[in-house]
Amino acid sequence: MQSTHDETRKVELVIGKILRVGVITSAIVILIGMALYFMNGAGYPTIVKNGQSMIDFPKRFSDIFAGIIAGKSYAVIMLGVFLLILTPVLRVVVSIYAFYKEHDNLYVIITTIVLIILMIAMFLGYRS
Amino acid sequence: MNSMLLLLIMGVGAGILGAILGIGGGMIITPVLTIMMGLDIKYAIGASIISVIATSSGSTIAYLKDDMLNLRVAMFLEIATTIGAIMGALLVGVFSSNFLYVLFGFFLLYSTYNMIRKLFDKKGESVYTGHDPIVDKFKLASTYYDKAEQKQIDYSMKNVPGGFIMMWAAGLASGLLGIGSGAFKVIAMDTIMKMPLKPSSATSNLMMGVTAAASATVYFFNGSIRPDIAAPLAIGVLVGATVGARLMQVLKPRVIRMIFIPIILYMGVQMALKGFGVNI
Repeated sequence: MQSTHDETRKVELVIGKILRVGVITSAIVILIGMALYFMNGAGYPTIVKNGQSMIDFPKRFSDIFAGIIAGKSYAVIMLGVFLLILTPVLRVVVSIYAFYKEHDNLYVIITTIVLIILMIAMFLGYRS
Repeated sequence: MNSMLLLLIMGVGAGILGAILGIGGGMIITPVLTIMMGLDIKYAIGASIISVIATSSGSTIAYLKDDMLNLRVAMFLEIATTIGAIMGALLVGVFSSNFLYVLFGFFLLYSTYNMIRKLFDKKGESVYTGHDPIVDKFKLASTYYDKAEQKQIDYSMKNVPGGFIMMWAAGLASGLLGIGSGAFKVIAMDTIMKMPLKPSSATSNLMMGVTAAASATVYFFNGSIRPDIAAPLAIGVLVGATVGARLMQVLKPRVIRMIFIPIILYMGVQMALKGFGVNI
């Protein structure tokens, strides 16, 4: 039992380090976006939706990247938020690699199944 | 500017509480955004999805480092939750959501009763260490260091199929009703599988981010996630979750249970009433 746990420790530490890089990266992008917002505003026009007025923002990748190139703060924030959404996926991907390195084939299979289901769900989300 | 500051502070609070209990904080964020700030429910749900992911990722960094969570249990049970979440999303509109709210609401009330009973149990926070063929086959037994009790605690679990089904139901609820499923995950591990409360909470934290990521793309691409709300909230929650994940480790399991009970009681009442058409 103890050897299983020592293996797991190594796996956990690797996943933890990579997850930290992912989280800090997304936080920095969001903070840059917020700083741009306070300097230059949102960069998008105000629209009226369902009777409430709000500032428009980009939702599709092409619009987000076009906005980032134009230095629009809301586009930068949306990129940071999307990176944050990817951090749990990163956790699963790194777990597969870490279990593989520890020769734990059962958990390579289990974690790969989780990744496949997750990808299907995210793809369904993109299409809807 | 003022609302950004409010969102930041609320995020810190939701992050601390969420990291300690293994729940997403949607139950705090959604009412504050809709009732206090007058925001459309669509954007409130988008905001709570971001809060769940930020709580999960922020706390998981600390829980992995301090060996508090159970990675094998998380990945094993995540299969059930993600399948449930996809089925839920595909079945939206097939079942009456009122019926489901009542069902899950009453389940939470029943769990509240179970948790209170455990709180007053003379054996206290007893740890299950017995053997179980499924636990052995999937190497689910583990150990953690309890900083509050200053000792290493080896634990095992039982009723894995029951926990698996509960996790599937938790995923189904989140897919169908757009609610977080952290509380159900903690109940599945703690009450059904007899895992200690601290690793249950830490493992729920890891899992709920993965479950939320599955539905987050829907909300991101349909425009439910507003940058002016998501940005300050995400930063606040990340800070809060980092603090909360450290705080949880020095709290006694009994104290965590005492915080958990009124929260699931509130959630249970809220959901059951919603099923009967009353919003609080």
